[in-house]
Amino acid sequence: MNTGIVSYGAYVPRYRIKPDEIGRVWGVDGAAMGKGLMISQKSVPSPDEDTVTIAVAAARDMMDRVPGVDPKDVGAVYVGSESHPYAVKPTSSIVAEAIGATPAMTAADLEFACKAGTAGLQACLGLVGSGMIRYGVAIGADTSQGAPGDALEYSAAAGGAAYLIGKEGVIAEINKTLSFTTDTPDFWRREGMMYPVHGGRFSGQPAYFRHITSAAKMMLEAMGTKPEDYNHAVFHQPNGKFPTRVAKQLGFAPEQISRGLLTPQIGNCYSGAVPLGLAHVLDAAQPGERIFVVSYGSGAGSDAFDITVTDAMKDYRRGNAPMLDSLLADPLYIDYAIYAKYKDIIKMPEE
Amino acid sequence: MAMVVAREWREIPGRYNLIGTKCGCCGRIFFPSRAFCPDCRRASIGKMEEFPLNRRGRIYSYTVIHGSEGFNARMTPYAVAMVLNDDGVMLEAQLVDVDLSKIEIGMRVRAVLRKLDEDGDAGVIHYGFKFVPDE
Repeated sequence: MNTGIVSYGAYVPRYRIKPDEIGRVWGVDGAAMGKGLMISQKSVPSPDEDTVTIAVAAARDMMDRVPGVDPKDVGAVYVGSESHPYAVKPTSSIVAEAIGATPAMTAADLEFACKAGTAGLQACLGLVGSGMIRYGVAIGADTSQGAPGDALEYSAAAGGAAYLIGKEGVIAEINKTLSFTTDTPDFWRREGMMYPVHGGRFSGQPAYFRHITSAAKMMLEAMGTKPEDYNHAVFHQPNGKFPTRVAKQLGFAPEQISRGLLTPQIGNCYSGAVPLGLAHVLDAAQPGERIFVVSYGSGAGSDAFDITVTDAMKDYRRGNAPMLDSLLADPLYIDYAIYAKYKDIIKMPEE
Repeated sequence: MAMVVAREWREIPGRYNLIGTKCGCCGRIFFPSRAFCPDCRRASIGKMEEFPLNRRGRIYSYTVIHGSEGFNARMTPYAVAMVLNDDGVMLEAQLVDVDLSKIEIGMRVRAVLRKLDEDGDAGVIHYGFKFVPDE
């Protein structure tokens, strides 16, 4: 029996703001900024949403699609994020409680910039594969921070996706996973600071591109495959531009990445970005399709996955929860003033 | 709405997962959960069963709040709805992610987990159910 994805769920908050509205506030040509980043709008969490509520929404949809799985058989819950609401007190235990998986299980929060979600997938694959647990849940979710006026403000968005990993009823087998990791300080946020700092152009070539292409080439070599062997490829998507360029460098065609590229519609969901891109691919995936996935987390590392959709996808109750396209269909647009209120940027009187 | 941590913790099953109780004698469902049925009284002792309520229902009535303090100041204006869930139990919570001009009595909604409040910048964050439109 092979290990893989048994179920998945995805969630994106309903509010959106457009780059030209952000640019209007700072005296910048926001439309041009959006065009350069290949982002037409970004999702904004409501004041009552955070990484916990996003992770729970995704995880509940994931469980709704497998009514035959007893949540008590979930042996591990890992939530990867760079915006855990508490510095100390796990997001993962709240999520586990909300899906009814507690108490005979393990849980932990993971952090590795934008790849903590895929790191959780790897941890679950190991635990399930070794027989230590029956099912594991890996979630990537974020309410991304970007300093006001910074280039990141045009992209930092909110969303996440959850994956149930197991050996029974596998809808997408994970044939192999491997990683490429180095100490590359291209983006960070120090303890107690509100906003991350990035190395500007340094976050491109030696960071994003080197790690993704290295992990991707290691995977292609290990599997003896070529880019054309895959129906879909999902790359980390801090904007629309980077994944489009890295796909071209590796020899993937634009139609191979289009389904898994959501950032142009919703912005950069950090730890949720690759999990959401993969969820959008799975929303329409047919048995036999092969999917190539490479995440990227600053600091820096990439996790690569080679995935094959199985025949079990035919009986999978995908329709028990909304597909991403319907979740994204009816957004509520807000202006910068409401955005500032929602993001808690406005200083309120002391309570 | 500052809550003591121990009380917050005790109420988690109800606030996260709408866990109520059902009387084993008369079948009446209670939310929040009760250890005792006020109709069957002594006969209900030891017969109250845990009952997870359906997360879906319809708006029975609602109002819009324009003035609030603390955490909810950032939510104003917001709607609070009475929802008759699909088990026939009346629930009350905020109705969010909705265009306030498009709320209608009878509208289908479902419960999701959201932040209800937070005890300042250093205190505990309270999570619980709110309703969103169920298309």
